Amino acid sequence: MRFVDEFRDPEAARHLARSIAELCEPGRRYAFMEVCGGHTHTIYKHGLEDHLPETVRLVHGPGCPVCVLPMGRVDDAIAIAEHDDVIMTAFGDMMRVPGGRGSFFDAKAAGADIRMVYSPLDALKIARNHPDKRVVFMAIGFETTAPSTAMTVLRAQAEGLENFAVFANHVTIIPAIKAILDSPDLRLDGFLGPGHVSTVIGCRPYAFIARDHGKPLVTSGFEPLDILQSVHWLMRQLAEGRCEVENQYTRVVPWDGNRRALEAIGRVMELRPWFEWRGLGFISHSAMQLREEFAAFDAERLYDVPGVRVADPKACQCGEVLKGVLEPWECKVFGTACTPETPIGTCMVSSEGACAAYYNFGRFSRSRVREATLLADPVVRR
Amino acid sequence: MTSGTRGASWAEDAVAAHAGAEHLRSEEAVLERIERARRRRPRVREERITLAHGAGGKATATLIEAVFVDAFRNPELERLGDAAVVGVGDARLAFTTDSYVVSPLFFPGGNIGDLAVNGTVNDLAVAGARPQHLSAGFVLEEGFPLADLRRIVDTMAAAAAAAGVQIVTGDTKVVQRGKADGCFVTTAGVGLLDRTVVLDAGAARPGDAVIVSGPIGDHGVTVMLARGDLDVESDLVSDTAPLHTLCAAILDAGGRGVRVMRDATRGGVATILNEVARASGAAVVVDEAAVPVRPEVTGAAELLGIDPLYVACEGRLVAVVAEEVAEEVLAAVRAHPSGDGAAVIGRVADDPPGLVLLRTAFGGTRIVDLLVGDPLPRIC
Repeated sequence: MRFVDEFRDPEAARHLARSIAELCEPGRRYAFMEVCGGHTHTIYKHGLEDHLPETVRLVHGPGCPVCVLPMGRVDDAIAIAEHDDVIMTAFGDMMRVPGGRGSFFDAKAAGADIRMVYSPLDALKIARNHPDKRVVFMAIGFETTAPSTAMTVLRAQAEGLENFAVFANHVTIIPAIKAILDSPDLRLDGFLGPGHVSTVIGCRPYAFIARDHGKPLVTSGFEPLDILQSVHWLMRQLAEGRCEVENQYTRVVPWDGNRRALEAIGRVMELRPWFEWRGLGFISHSAMQLREEFAAFDAERLYDVPGVRVADPKACQCGEVLKGVLEPWECKVFGTACTPETPIGTCMVSSEGACAAYYNFGRFSRSRVREATLLADPVVRR
Repeated sequence: MTSGTRGASWAEDAVAAHAGAEHLRSEEAVLERIERARRRRPRVREERITLAHGAGGKATATLIEAVFVDAFRNPELERLGDAAVVGVGDARLAFTTDSYVVSPLFFPGGNIGDLAVNGTVNDLAVAGARPQHLSAGFVLEEGFPLADLRRIVDTMAAAAAAAGVQIVTGDTKVVQRGKADGCFVTTAGVGLLDRTVVLDAGAARPGDAVIVSGPIGDHGVTVMLARGDLDVESDLVSDTAPLHTLCAAILDAGGRGVRVMRDATRGGVATILNEVARASGAAVVVDEAAVPVRPEVTGAAELLGIDPLYVACEGRLVAVVAEEVAEEVLAAVRAHPSGDGAAVIGRVADDPPGLVLLRTAFGGTRIVDLLVGDPLPRIC
């Protein structure tokens, strides 16, 4: 398929892999964090690590918006959804996220009207078709999805649609990266910058990472060759003694970001004083809520949200996994008590979560697999 | 902006986590522990049925094992084939049933009527049987247009004629408005097993070839697009078709070398291969570049963030055949009108047992696991 296959060419991958291997200093180990869950998904889906030398490790970061949602917020959302007059709407991978007392799927099975949508505009459409109900959109995501939420609120306001509201859980990426950088056990050599977020915020906000923390960052696209090339660029910076912010994803990411998207966010939303992140705890100024002016569209103000605080289960080590301190398989409950069918932690829910990606795609011994695929040359002839 | 109040405790957390990790020994040990956990008898933990229980993945399998097989237990049921094989006098019969609840009822390339007839015909055909007689049960919602019902029934009559079967018995129920989604159809069928082949998901052996009979995912993507949620238009049509003559051609060409045939409906090709790997105690290694997928299906799947390997087909089958007959069988499938675009997509290997592995087109490797429920679209 055009515009897809070009970015998945195995020959180009082998070429890049050789270039990466040539840049490896003997005896040195490298660890790069991909901040974004979309990258994690690509890495596992395409088996990208098979192209990397064993001394180059990719560490999966906190950029899966579903994974960083604390259980209490899920319970709050379910409490809103349980009102008789509410139709709750949410993105698909929100549906299975466990709260303290079950997921959206469970609440739906118990009678709540919860529907999956592809865009907040779909929620708006449902609101128009159900004037007797209030349609609440469960808004999650980083700066990537915040503009579409903001634009939807603005459109609802313009249409005078009074039965639409947003339960805002939008988070911002920079405080999360700061939190990672402040972690005393940080052992990273650089970052793959989040591509989608950067289409909105651009590359400038990452300057402090290179300047103050001495870690290079390359904003990367989501196709497997994008990621390999970004790793190559990081290795090149290290080899040449540079420490900069570079933009690999120029076909989509403008250096200064998307002004109109940022304006829409700024118009509708403001920073919360603090917000709880799953596994990372409370981080100040790390999330957004609707401005006072849009109170009529703010589910948090319209409903008596219990503000549930649920401590993460003791056994759950999502925090360490999100910070890249632990590999998914090193978590005490990984794959036994915590599986995609019965997730304890959010990293196991979304296909962008590091644990789910590892469980679904990577749960095998690489040496055994290499042997199996070599022995069983899969295809006789095309 | 500063990071929050828990910064100080991170170090302690991390140290504790590392200490914990050391107890786990190695990654290999963890993986073995996980495989042991996966072999345990499944339990249904939910208190209510959720949509995941109907999606054909792990949740469905768990429900079937823990509720239905547990209660009805008998050797034929425990085989969990597409059709049961029962003896009546001297004859061996294949017997199967299936319910259809597709929404929308009408979609490009067919309607619920085609699915209801072809689905049951195919379940009999992949068991190696010649489909003979079908039943048809209808649950209709008050207010359902008679013209729509006629369209569905006419389609079923045409599909039955095309498959050489007769619909010889049926049932009708009407429920109040809001208690059903227009029209649900249940069909059951019997077929004559007059060949001596033994087809079983557990019969795959290392070295066997895995064949699919054509491009995958057409039906599932067509229905997703027909729902109109995406505002995407395409020329794609459902692949619904009877496979009884294709199955006969495969058995004629491959004889006893044909180990398994399954139609890749709910859960797609990936789910079938997982069942084969698990039942056979073998690995299935698939070459992604060899899997036939239409560009429209690839495009829609990319948009939705889903994998065509899990998307339903209604007229495609997966055949596992011995290496010696692979070429003959592939030629026979390709020569059949329903087998255009057929390909060998992989091989059976002996290790690691029970797993499906994919050699990605990008040159890497990964697992192809069973899904828990429906593939969920990713948010970004």
